Amino acid sequence: MSETTANRGGYWKRLTEQLSVLRIPGPKSEFAKRELGTVSPFWAIVRKEFGDHMRSWRFGILLGIIVLACIGSIYAAVTAIQAGTQSQQTDDSFLFLRMFTASDGSLPTFVTFVSFLGPLMGIALGFDAVNSERNKGTLSRLLSQPIYRGDFILAKFAAALLLIAVVLYSLGFSVMGLGLVIIGYPPTPEEVLRVSLFLLVAVIYVGFWLNLSILFSICFRQGATSALSGIALWLFFSVFYSMITGLIDKATAPADASAFTVLLRHYNLMLLLDRLSPAFLFSEATSTLLMPSVRTLGPLTTEQVAMAIASPLPLLQSVLLSWPQLVGLLAATMICFGLSYALFMRQEIRSR
Amino acid sequence: MERATECPPSGASVIDLRQLTKKYGEQTAVNGLNLTIERGEIFGLLGPNGAGKTTTILMMLGLTEPTSGTASVCGLDPARQALDVKRRVGYMPDDIGFYDDRTALDNLLFTASLNGMKEREGRERALELLDRVGLGEAVYKKAGAFSRGMRQRLGIADVLIKKPEVVILDEPTLGIDPEGVRELLQLIHDLSRNEGLTVLLSSHHLHQVQQICDRVGLFVRGELIACGDVPSLAEQLDDDGSVTVEIEASGWTAALAERLASLEGVIEYRGPEPAAADSGEICHAVLICSGDRTSAAAKTVIESGAQLQAIRRKQYGLDDIYHRYFEGGGSHERNNR
Repeated sequence: MSETTANRGGYWKRLTEQLSVLRIPGPKSEFAKRELGTVSPFWAIVRKEFGDHMRSWRFGILLGIIVLACIGSIYAAVTAIQAGTQSQQTDDSFLFLRMFTASDGSLPTFVTFVSFLGPLMGIALGFDAVNSERNKGTLSRLLSQPIYRGDFILAKFAAALLLIAVVLYSLGFSVMGLGLVIIGYPPTPEEVLRVSLFLLVAVIYVGFWLNLSILFSICFRQGATSALSGIALWLFFSVFYSMITGLIDKATAPADASAFTVLLRHYNLMLLLDRLSPAFLFSEATSTLLMPSVRTLGPLTTEQVAMAIASPLPLLQSVLLSWPQLVGLLAATMICFGLSYALFMRQEIRSR
Repeated sequence: MERATECPPSGASVIDLRQLTKKYGEQTAVNGLNLTIERGEIFGLLGPNGAGKTTTILMMLGLTEPTSGTASVCGLDPARQALDVKRRVGYMPDDIGFYDDRTALDNLLFTASLNGMKEREGRERALELLDRVGLGEAVYKKAGAFSRGMRQRLGIADVLIKKPEVVILDEPTLGIDPEGVRELLQLIHDLSRNEGLTVLLSSHHLHQVQQICDRVGLFVRGELIACGDVPSLAEQLDDDGSVTVEIEASGWTAALAERLASLEGVIEYRGPEPAAADSGEICHAVLICSGDRTSAAAKTVIESGAQLQAIRRKQYGLDDIYHRYFEGGGSHERNNR
């Protein structure tokens, strides 16, 4: 009988205990046992990990890069918006959201920066989560304390995700604040909500990469191996994957004169291939949230748009449109976490 | 002779292993281990590298699951009640690691918080323990700057902060200088005696184990081949009842050799070569007797006119026991004799 099954039982027991505590505090529950003023082991690890990340050079450097990139993107966006309003080309609705999506072409947009550098931050915070503890010899000491193994990796994940959320939200809100000062155009409540939702999606997206790199840190004993595997996958999905699907698209495309259903089927197939990449899912979800004028993510026939009025979607409809993408990202994160959990449970913890 | 692997419990047992077996594929790391450790004793698990000591310890803590057999620690099953076992057992792995960029105190406070201790209570206990293990000066020093011996002391403090009932130390003396070893062992001994802690320590350093352990178990290739306190192990070793007497003397003569060899109770005589014996130099002889014939041998040497330089009855130390058990891996041969 391994710790695995014992822990599973443990989790279940704890869950039921927590539920029972909500009603009648049971005499045997952990909550009743724990005195006031003490933290659970889970939060103790989260607290320590959060502090470690904050103090690390790695995090400082990454934060510097991302902040610089964001300042650049704000500059590009502001220039683009000013040029656009002067020439009266852009429509003024949701002008504030264009802070995040517009660019004068000299630098990528804020969204592009987040979708490109965010994963790097996730990988950097997670690639040595478990194997560095193993190599330092602290893992066996830590796991001989009364904590669940599941709690250990969950705490590692939670601490890094918390940090990512803090960074992304503060960046996003700083961009909003700066935009407010520079363009002098206040956001509507809907725009604030849309930006908050976009940042939430970004946190989930970075969380996926974080989880993937934690999985690698469990698989590989060497920090360098796990970091390189994470970076390789990140490069593959953010640079090469679209090229490969483009190639497949060209190779398998039916003739232009083919029947409409054949063309549609091909298009849908290509879209499915694209959507296997988390980067693509993220870009779809964010473009829906930040550009209310995006009405659909799939193909639209002329018949379908024939009588439609080109108006922006309300917030709820945009959320509904990006919901499958969001669920897809969450599912990918869960799968990674499940795999790391299963792997870690079966590993024998020896010192070094 | 009764099987050496049986260690019958005499008092309240804290650790009870029954037919514990661990296999890695084809290789058997621990094979049918039976072991009982009583409350308050210091038990030394002794064996060469790769004998399965660490694997046994991991199974006691529920860090790895046994292939078959059962383990019971403080009356709990480590595989099923891992958390409860870990609350009661302090484990110091060999080559213990700390968070190098944190101070000694921070490292201990982290362990304290993992054990659900209050901040203030944990701090008080950590400072007290650091003082006790002799790291009172280095409380705010980063663990990364610690020497090997200091790390081991910090490890002891780390193990004790949760107020354990049982302490398991895996190779605690590895890589420390002799003086450090002496202090560390004294510390462990004091802790066990003053606080009634049960201590299980594994080592391949016989002399160190000999100094503080109440009982030792000899562990070779996954099997416990002998178990007991050091004198009883020595008794097991010379179970044929022979006593070895070593003599050093000058002015050796052939007549003396003959008289010694024909002494009552002498089974075997190993003396110097006749040429060397006549030269008048100091010669070395060994008598293997059926009983203690030390004084008789001394009397014979002196009566024959030779100058007796030294005579001693050879005591079996753990070294000899270790060597005799391990040489050629003849464990079964010894056990079944």
